[in-house]
Amino acid sequence: MDLPLAVECKGLTKDYSHFKLQGVDLSFEQGAVMGLVGPNGAGKSTILRLVMGLLGPDAGSIRVLGHAMPDEQIAAKRNIGFISDDMRLYESETIAFHMDFIKSIFDTWDADYADILLRRFDLHKHQKVKGLSHGQRVKATLLLALARRPRLLVFDEPTTGLDPAVRKEVLDEMMNALADETRSILFSSHNTLDIEQISDYITFIYGGRIIESRNKEDFMDGWRRLRLTNMQSKPLPNLPNIKDIQQSGHLCAVTVNEYDESVPAQFNSAGQVITAIERLSLEEIFLANVKCAKAMTMMEFIQ
Amino acid sequence: MYQQIMEQIKQRIAVGDWPPNTLLPSVRELATETKLSIITVKRAYLELGREGVIITQQGKGSWVSDTLDLATVQKQELIQHLEQASKLAKSLAIPEDKILQLIKQFME
Repeated sequence: MDLPLAVECKGLTKDYSHFKLQGVDLSFEQGAVMGLVGPNGAGKSTILRLVMGLLGPDAGSIRVLGHAMPDEQIAAKRNIGFISDDMRLYESETIAFHMDFIKSIFDTWDADYADILLRRFDLHKHQKVKGLSHGQRVKATLLLALARRPRLLVFDEPTTGLDPAVRKEVLDEMMNALADETRSILFSSHNTLDIEQISDYITFIYGGRIIESRNKEDFMDGWRRLRLTNMQSKPLPNLPNIKDIQQSGHLCAVTVNEYDESVPAQFNSAGQVITAIERLSLEEIFLANVKCAKAMTMMEFIQ
Repeated sequence: MYQQIMEQIKQRIAVGDWPPNTLLPSVRELATETKLSIITVKRAYLELGREGVIITQQGKGSWVSDTLDLATVQKQELIQHLEQASKLAKSLAIPEDKILQLIKQFME
């Protein structure tokens, strides 16, 4: 297949006085789901805004579905559905009003699909926006985006503030939209469970920089926690891929990235006994990554 | 997460819902059905292929292996567990006869 990449960012930089996004490279093919994960203020929303052409970068290039952004954003946006928290619906109008409104702008509007989504989301189209709960608003905005059948869905924090039942409805419908292999999703979340469940690729952002960006299975596979007993209190081997060390008496938990079979042997030969080797959840990887990135920033600051 | 999918597929095969030569859903279909990412389902299929539970032909799809019987699948799983246990025992420096003794205890 010779499809252009869903998103292709190279060397993106955006400088605010209080925050700097630097050297962001980010790309994934159509048909895939990319999840941006990182703490609050890491730069997730800024990246999404750059991708949407709502901001122009200070340096670097952005292509979305083959279109250069922000210059060709009109052509690109025909095929992108964007959902963000600060998007407002008209409070005194109904869901039906918004459906007609979107339909009048986008000729790709699929009325049958919109009706299906109304039923699945248990929304009443004659209800006014001001009476909707937060969950209903999120579902209504998702409906308005999905019924256009966009080739790329860009979703800033889809599940923030949703109860578990609505969260599931939203994620399920995002996945349903992917049944066609040219549809893609780029979304940000600090809910690691969402990212772990539906992403094909994970990009981890911290302090305006990308720490890691790779396919989810490799990402998760690379991390391990080794539980050691260090009876003679010998020094741990000095491996560059050690990301965290928790020591308490003779017991020690070491978190490593880029794990391979040679790692346990190096601890063994340094005189430590390995009692367990555990895989990490994305939540644990997230925390280890943040801790490590913080320490790195401190080091840079000191130097 | 891919291990969960592997387990589910093995169960479907084990209870006879998917007899030998059954065409498995495409990666994308199963991802949509389970609401799990495509890469996760792909990984599960890859591992199942390695274990000989399914056969995948590029561009054609995946089938439940016809040379497969349930006992083989389970045996393979047992061997994997034993392999892991042996590795762990080695790293713990537990001698061979001690491990064999333990296994004997469990078998009684």
